[in-house]
Amino acid sequence: MHKLLTDQQGTKLLLLGNEAIARGAIEAGVAFASTYPGTPSSEISLSFFQVSQESDLYFEYSTNEKVALEVAAAAANSGVRSMCVMKHVGLNVAADVLMTLAYIGVKGGLVIVTADDPFMFSSQNEQDNRYYGKLSGLSILEPSSVEEAKEMIPYAFDLSEKLEEPVIFRTTTRINHSTGPVVLGKIKRPVPKGDFTKDPFNYVTVPAVSRKLHIKLLANIEKARKLSNKTPFNFTTGKGEWGIITNGVSYNYVVDGIMDMKILEKIRILRVGFSHPMPGELIINFLKQCEKVLVVEEGEPYMEEAVKAIAQEEKLTLPIVGKREDLFLRLYEFNPELVKQCISKFFDIPYEPVVIPDLTDIPDIPQRPPTLCPGCSHRATFYAINKAAEGMDTIYPTDIGCYTLGFLPPLMMGDFLICMGSSVGTSCGFSQTTDKKIVSLIGDSTFFHSGIPGLINSVFNNHDFTLVILDNGTTAMTGHQPNPGVNMKELNFDGYGRVSIEKVVKALGVQHISLIRPFNLKKSISAIKDAIDYKGVSVVIAQELCTLYARSLKKKRGRPFFVSDKCSNHRNCIDELGCPAFYLQGNSVKIDASLCVGCSICAQICPENAIQPLKKSDNKQDS
Amino acid sequence: MNATRLIIVAVGGQGNLLASKVLGEAALLSHVPVRMSEIHGMAQRGGVVESAIVFGDAESTTISDGMSDVLVSFEPAEALRALNKCNSRTVVITNLSPLSPFTVTIGRGTYPSLTKIQELIRKKTAKLIAYNAVDIAVEAGNIMSVNMVLLGSLIQTEILPLPAENVRKAIETRTKKAFVDINLKAFDLGFAIAEAQSA
Repeated sequence: MHKLLTDQQGTKLLLLGNEAIARGAIEAGVAFASTYPGTPSSEISLSFFQVSQESDLYFEYSTNEKVALEVAAAAANSGVRSMCVMKHVGLNVAADVLMTLAYIGVKGGLVIVTADDPFMFSSQNEQDNRYYGKLSGLSILEPSSVEEAKEMIPYAFDLSEKLEEPVIFRTTTRINHSTGPVVLGKIKRPVPKGDFTKDPFNYVTVPAVSRKLHIKLLANIEKARKLSNKTPFNFTTGKGEWGIITNGVSYNYVVDGIMDMKILEKIRILRVGFSHPMPGELIINFLKQCEKVLVVEEGEPYMEEAVKAIAQEEKLTLPIVGKREDLFLRLYEFNPELVKQCISKFFDIPYEPVVIPDLTDIPDIPQRPPTLCPGCSHRATFYAINKAAEGMDTIYPTDIGCYTLGFLPPLMMGDFLICMGSSVGTSCGFSQTTDKKIVSLIGDSTFFHSGIPGLINSVFNNHDFTLVILDNGTTAMTGHQPNPGVNMKELNFDGYGRVSIEKVVKALGVQHISLIRPFNLKKSISAIKDAIDYKGVSVVIAQELCTLYARSLKKKRGRPFFVSDKCSNHRNCIDELGCPAFYLQGNSVKIDASLCVGCSICAQICPENAIQPLKKSDNKQDS
Repeated sequence: MNATRLIIVAVGGQGNLLASKVLGEAALLSHVPVRMSEIHGMAQRGGVVESAIVFGDAESTTISDGMSDVLVSFEPAEALRALNKCNSRTVVITNLSPLSPFTVTIGRGTYPSLTKIQELIRKKTAKLIAYNAVDIAVEAGNIMSVNMVLLGSLIQTEILPLPAENVRKAIETRTKKAFVDINLKAFDLGFAIAEAQSA
């Protein structure tokens, strides 16, 4: 049985934040879940995917976040408790749904998890999604710890049903990827089937209906405000006159800091866990008992602005400070020492920070930038594109996935990236406004996610570029989640369809389509060259399984290669491919047989044909 | 209970996440509060993986620069890179078997000398326990048991509030059945080495 289905109340388990969130949903009787994977949220979905195989939970990997939220919106409006999971930027994709779903509301509880990523450990921006609460009018809950995340989810479902509105559950990476002991509660039985009652004058958002629904939404916000003032997740501690208003993981740093500095009796804390609508009355009472207030929040001055506005209305003139050049910045994530230092500065408390050793005499330590894996088919495709476009003036708009790493030397394949799917749309613009050859790069999952509308646009408006779809048969970057092009039978899952990228591209009206096997370099280069030469939109589909995925499917791997004594040290292999299986021994190039998967690309480009497959009997020699 | 802060650094694939899991489980068995956080951005693609584990009474799951009581590194150059997490009272335990970054293996970077690495760490911290943990893992019966070897040394220092027997119990329940004996042996060998280096 899956550990998250453990039905023993009171058991203490060590859970990852994301597992705790999934467990909280299971305890709340979640019966329907949808997602598009994205770090740092991915393990929530992975847990649901696993749990759904042995329980009544329905779970799906949806094509993108917008679809995921639409799917969940319908489930919730059929009365089924639903959850929709995505990373912070995913909510931008789903924002169109979010804004009007707030007008319509829900019948069964709907909790939308958005995982923010301060410091951008694995994201393209560090936007603060609390503003989505303000923008949509929906309630926002944010936990401070793994334990609290689990406790808060059932509350979020109840709140959603009480307000008949979706609730946004906002985390940050340090909640998702922290681990802590969690005490299991009771599991509520999921009810996977509901019903939808027709009520078009409340569900079909034509202007006349929406005008009425907006009034309902505003009334709901007031209802939520009352609850936000009463919820146990907004609480005050301490009796001092120095106030600190804080949320999320910053709360932990504050608590540890004032313990360390031994100023407990001077401080009063307001911890905000229900942050939209902000708890106005609670804040007024808090401000009235403080001499000055420090707002400690990562990201934007979301609470600071609200607190200042409330103080102004109440004619309270105490200093309220948060983001300031010499205190907290809007950049990156906080840490315990930083918070301590800012508290000490703002309240003028002497504090001696720990002395970090002088590191000026430390030699340069070589970096370990992430690289494409040995045997990654993207390396072969990128090499082929470089060769096919040799001598041409090019722009390579790229997209989000492992292949983004291709922008690094030596491949240097990737010139422009905004967001999921942007490779195709930006190619339309570049091809129109420059005279360069545009070769655009997108992965299979990203193509399904949001590449298709861009491609339709390019056919209709007759743009001139080549789109290379890097089809490695899985969503590799986030941990091999399925996508609509994946053969689910191979994974022993029945009941799934499969969408052919080639047929989609053909149906969209692209006239020049070629399929390549990137490990066949010669044919690939010539097919890509033809595609680039074609005037208009051309598509190249590069098909080869992700090497890590192939390994997990126990696919037969090629025999490793070795460098024979024919090598005369041209080093094209190292200089142009940058495969991590290569190393230098003295001055000679070697291949680590334990890393080589036998993709043979280096052998194909070696001018001396010096790279050859190991014979079975030599297998040990090089490792 | 005062907080004790541990940082573990490794290169993706070295098994440090399992080491944290074992320590977390041992803390549960010992009724010691424990919280940890991991940054494993692109671990499978050769990047650095860092775990922060806080034992005792603290709410934070992260550890600021200079604040670790003990640093365990699975790789010598990574120990050096993580010195910003240490202070003059920190104890450092490191494997001395290098994993060359790709830039170095293809001749475009220099790997600092092992002697220099140890000298620098010794100069800036309270104590260094350093040895080739890969050799010890092989002696235990599996090259992948480097994580258990280093755990053994970590527990020997008695910096963490965890009795060795609970860590051994956690190894028995949290690591794969087929490897439990090897893992326990690796743990004991790591324990013994730290004892010898401290004598």
